[in-house]
Formats: sequence, structure tokens, C-alpha cells
Amino acid sequence: MSTPEAHAGDFPELVIRPPSRWSALQLGELWHHRELIYFLTKRELQIRYKQSFFGVSWAILQPLAFAFMFALVFGEIFKTQPPNGIPYPVFAVAGVVPWLFFATSIQTAAGSLVLDANLIAKVYFPRLALPLSKGLSLLIDLAIALGVVIVVTLLYGVGISSNVWLVPAFLLLGVVTAFALGTLLSAINVKYRDVQLVVPMIVQILFFASPVLYSGTQVGNQAGEAWRYIYSINPMASVLDGMRWALLNQPYPGTLNILISCASALVILLGALFYFRRAENFFADLI
Amino acid sequence: MSSDVAVEVRGIGKRYEIGADQGSYLLLTERLTQRVKSFGRAQPKEEFWALRDIDFELERGKTLGIIGHNGAGKSTLLKILSRITPPTEGEAHLRGRVGALLEVGTGFHPELTGRENVFLNGAILNMKRQEIQRRFEEIVEFADIGPFIDTPVKRYSSGMQLRLAFSVAAHLEPEILIIDEVLSVGDLAFQQKCLGRMETASREGRTVVFISHNLPSVMNLCDQAIMLSEGRIAATGRVPDVIDHYVGDVSSDIERGLRDRKNRDGNGKLRFVDAHFERDGRTVDSPTSGEDFEIVFTFDKDAEASLRGARFNFSIHILGDGTPILDLDSGLTGSNFAEIPPHGEVRCKIDRCPLPAGQYYIDVRADAVGERLDAVHHAAELTVTGGDFYRRGAAQDRIMDYRTVLVDHSWSLEPVAEHRAADTAAASPLA
Repeated sequence: MSTPEAHAGDFPELVIRPPSRWSALQLGELWHHRELIYFLTKRELQIRYKQSFFGVSWAILQPLAFAFMFALVFGEIFKTQPPNGIPYPVFAVAGVVPWLFFATSIQTAAGSLVLDANLIAKVYFPRLALPLSKGLSLLIDLAIALGVVIVVTLLYGVGISSNVWLVPAFLLLGVVTAFALGTLLSAINVKYRDVQLVVPMIVQILFFASPVLYSGTQVGNQAGEAWRYIYSINPMASVLDGMRWALLNQPYPGTLNILISCASALVILLGALFYFRRAENFFADLI
Repeated sequence: MSSDVAVEVRGIGKRYEIGADQGSYLLLTERLTQRVKSFGRAQPKEEFWALRDIDFELERGKTLGIIGHNGAGKSTLLKILSRITPPTEGEAHLRGRVGALLEVGTGFHPELTGRENVFLNGAILNMKRQEIQRRFEEIVEFADIGPFIDTPVKRYSSGMQLRLAFSVAAHLEPEILIIDEVLSVGDLAFQQKCLGRMETASREGRTVVFISHNLPSVMNLCDQAIMLSEGRIAATGRVPDVIDHYVGDVSSDIERGLRDRKNRDGNGKLRFVDAHFERDGRTVDSPTSGEDFEIVFTFDKDAEASLRGARFNFSIHILGDGTPILDLDSGLTGSNFAEIPPHGEVRCKIDRCPLPAGQYYIDVRADAVGERLDAVHHAAELTVTGGDFYRRGAAQDRIMDYRTVLVDHSWSLEPVAEHRAADTAAASPLA
């Protein structure tokens, strides 16, 4: 649509043209507006923690509450036994933390554009900054919650794996996937408002399709390795299994499965970015 | 292409599709059922050009005013130049850093403090953090917020919020500034400050595109002007010429007759069809200052529409100044018109016409609960002839400022003892 171009004179030249059907992603422009992304992220954090009674401790309480429930139901009542004999609560909390980040960031990002409709209608800035800043602000919660995972693990006397340095790599895969899906849904939501209602459903389905309550190894054992490949199209499969492997010495998810997940995340990301880029031209007219 | 042209617009046009799927959002489920129903058939789409064939150039350091009636395409043009929405055709070249200001205070968050909002708002307007930091004191001082800067904005009065928002925007330092009507905010003193700020901007060599309803400020601030009408350029050139054109346009609109006016708002359940003035039951062309008169609007009601009650508003203003001099409203006086006949006259009687001699325009509006029935901008022209408002035995013609209303008042002057004057001064809260 519009491109800042170098100009022979002293002034940068901005050219405004009708959008072409497929435009370049122009991520450079996003970089140019990094301070805006910083302040929008800061705004998210300030508002979230100013308005809630528990403040930052919310980031600790929420995963603990979920992990406690899962441990109670699946660990105590159904006697689910995670691989390699680690206690179920440790297994649960290591899955719940990345999952909660994933679910929350998709849901908040999906509503981000509509929520700031006023800004979109009145000011120009790269629209991608809105869903992006929602995700970035949740990274702080994720970092705090990861501390919880470590503490719980140590309290149960489970040894941390020597592969722990790979944890950030698996988390990165999860962050990218969450960002891609959130961005895609936020753009669709501008045009079709019932997407907001569909999002919780999508998240619910993905919850059962991801190894939060169980281990991905069980999928391979019960349904066969071929199904495990299909299962790995959901990038969260490798995120959760991979993280448990790198942190808790759980079974390795398999290199091919990890690659399938990465490829799938990349496809979702590119699709989301290109769709967003095309749709963003008309956000102000629709919103 | 001369290099000192800062804004160059070539054949810009913007088309909207008024159809099933454009213009507003819808539900995905609706869209899917539509697709299924209309399978194999082309969807009928109605097109509407909000803007067409817009060409102009603006030299560096000049100020351009864009005027036009509501719906003429002013805000669409502004949105295109500020990159909020893309054009359908044509292109624009903006040479220099662009700062656009469509509405002050967009992006202010009530939970955040003034300070936090200044930084956030600055970033939204594409200011660098260092730049905001460097000018922070100036921004706060200009806004006159003082000790409240670390208080959440939700505790500010609306005036304080506006001042702070404008202050951030006023400290933008773009080479090209695009502004929409921001001068009509805040109290008079603050407006003066803002006007001063804009003058400085153009003196400093900034290029300004200023979109306004307010002809006096366009007159004061702009070097050249463009008038838009139905999405096209109707007049361009020197400010006085363009304003003359605008005035002529309004007159020809009025001559067309109220019944046939197209540029109106509302659902049409009630439509104003004619207007005239009366004095003591007789029709008059022009009321006189200081004498009673009635403004009479006749209307038709849509026979099928059910209508329970209506509220009428006549607002009187001078051309091109959106702020009414008189705001006459049946809701304010508590007049309830429960029964609306199929054809009727609504009258507003004004005791001792308080307007000085001059040319005025009446905007008329009828509302029912939750709906606008009819609204016409510049529905009628009102020429007031000079009269003896103050009953001095002679008409006082054109002695007043155009925008000042006349009120009954009286004066007195009495001697007072010296000590009493001192007491009063000490008791005064202003002292």
C-alpha cells in the first residue's frame, strides 16, 4: 500500500497507492515502530496489574490452580502414571504453564484489533503491533510461571534434565504458533465478529489435541507412529512434549515429529502474516 | 516534479461497495449461508465513490484548508493522506515526515496516569521516546496539568484530558501536518493557544493540511483552499474565492427548496418541507432586531410510520461556523409534542429578536426517542434587519460584533465609601 522511499532531496518520500493483492510483509516498518510496540506492551502490563487485586501473583496462582485440579483428578482419582515415574503434579504443571500462555495469548490477540477499533480508525501505525503487543505482555507472565514449574519440580525432588538449555527453543515454537494463530484470528475477527465466539471452541479442541493432560508418547504407543506424525502437525504437540523432555527427562518426541511441528508453525505464521497484510488495508473501513 | 512541492495528489479516488458484505462487519455464519444461497449467481453490489479525481499540489511551508459540507469527502481524503485507509485509485506523494491528527486523545487509556498516557500517545503519533522525554516538561506546561500528571486520566475533567491530548499532538514536529478540526476543543483561552501553535507551525516552515467546517479559522490560517462537494473538487485557489464559492453553494442549496433537498440526515419518518418567518401572524421576509418573531417550519409525516412524540431543534449560526449563536430546542424548554399530525407546522417564538443585523443560517433537526427523524444543515437563511433593540428611539445598525447577541441590561454607577471597597476586595475569592 504505502512505502517510505528514499528520495533525492532532504525529505523522505511517502507514496500512497491503492493496495495490490499481495503485498510484501514490510516487517521493517514494524521494526521502525518498535517503540510503539514497547509502549503498547507496557500499557497491557500496567492495565492488567493495576486492575487486578492479586497483581503479579495472578501469574503464579492461575497455573498452580489448574495443575492442582489436574493432579487431583488425573493423578489421584484416575491414577494416571506419567512416563519414567515422575509425580503427576510435576508432569501437569510443566504442561499447564506453556498451555495457558498459548490459550490466553490466542484469545487476547484475537480480540485485540476490535478492542482498539478507535485507534485503527483514527491513527496510522502498523496494525500488527496490536496483536503482537498482547502476546509480548503475556511473555512476562510466562517467565514468572516458568519459575513456578522449576520450584514445583525441585519440591518433588525430580531432577532437572541436562537438556534444560533447549527449553527456550521449544517455548519459542509455542510463542510463534500462538502469535501466528492470534494474529490470523484477530484479522478475521474484524470482518466476522462471531469469530470471537469460535475462538474459545478452537482453544478447547486444541487443548485435547495437545499433550497437556497426557504425554504424546502415549499417542505413539496406542495409535502407532504414523498417527504421531499427523498428531505433530499441531505444533503444541512438540512444544509440550519437547519441553517435558528438555526439563524433566521425559521421552524424546522424535526429531521428525519436531520438524513436522516446526514446518507446520512456519506455514501458519506465513499464512497469518500474508492474510493480515492483505486484510489490514480495510480494517479502518470495516471496524 | 518540483522538489519544493511537499504534498502532491494525483487522481485520488475512493470507492466503497455498499452491498451485502462491505461497509460493515457481519457474522461468518451469515456469510456462509449467503454463499450457499447465492451459489452460481453474482452478488449485486452497489458502488459509491466517496472521493474521485482529486488532484492538487501543496508547496512546502504552505497551509491548505479543505472545506465542504458534511459528507463531501473531507474526512475520507484525510484518512487517505494519513494512511488510515488506502485509495482505490490514484496516488499521493508526501515528501517529509507526516504527522496526522484526526482526533485528539485517541489512545488515551483511563487507567493510566497522565505521564504514562503522554508516552503512549506520543508513540502512537510516531514520536520517538527521546523526543517525548526531551519535551515532556513543555508538554505538561502547555497542557496546564501541573501536579495531576501522575494521576490516572480517568480522574481528569474532560477539559484536562483534551488539553493534555492536544498538548502531546502540538509537540509533534513533522514536516507535514494533517489536522482535522482540533481547534474547536477546549475553552476559549486554550483555543487561542492552539491557534497560536498552528501559526507557529506554519511559520516554522511546516506544511499544513487543515480540514475544517470553521470558515473563520480557514480564513485566518490558510494560504490556499479546496472545496469538496460530493467527493470532487468544486473549487480551488485563493481562500476568499473558495469561501465565496462555498457561500454560493449554500445559497443555491437553499433556493432549491427544503422539500427537494437531498443532503439531509435521518430516517425520513418526518420531513421538513418548508420554512418561513412570521410576525404577529403575518409572514415577514426578515425579522428585525428587538422585535418578536416566529420561526415556522412545515413538515410532512410518513403516513405508514408510527411516531410518538418528537423533539425539535433550530440552531442559528453564521456561515461556516459550526458553533450556534442560538440553540433553540423544544426539549430544553420542556415542550412535549406527543401527537404528530400527518402535516403540520412547528413554531418557535422568539421574544425581542436578540440577533444584531446580519445574515444567519438555521440548521433544523427533529428527533424521536432513539432515532433521528430529519436533519438539514443550512435549512433556511435568516436575514435580520437592524432595529431598536435597546429602545433608544433609533435603529442601531451594525454597531455590534456579528457574533454577539443582544440582551436587556442596565447600568448604574454609585459612589461608595473607600473602606467598603477595600473590604470587598479582601473578601473576593479571586484576590
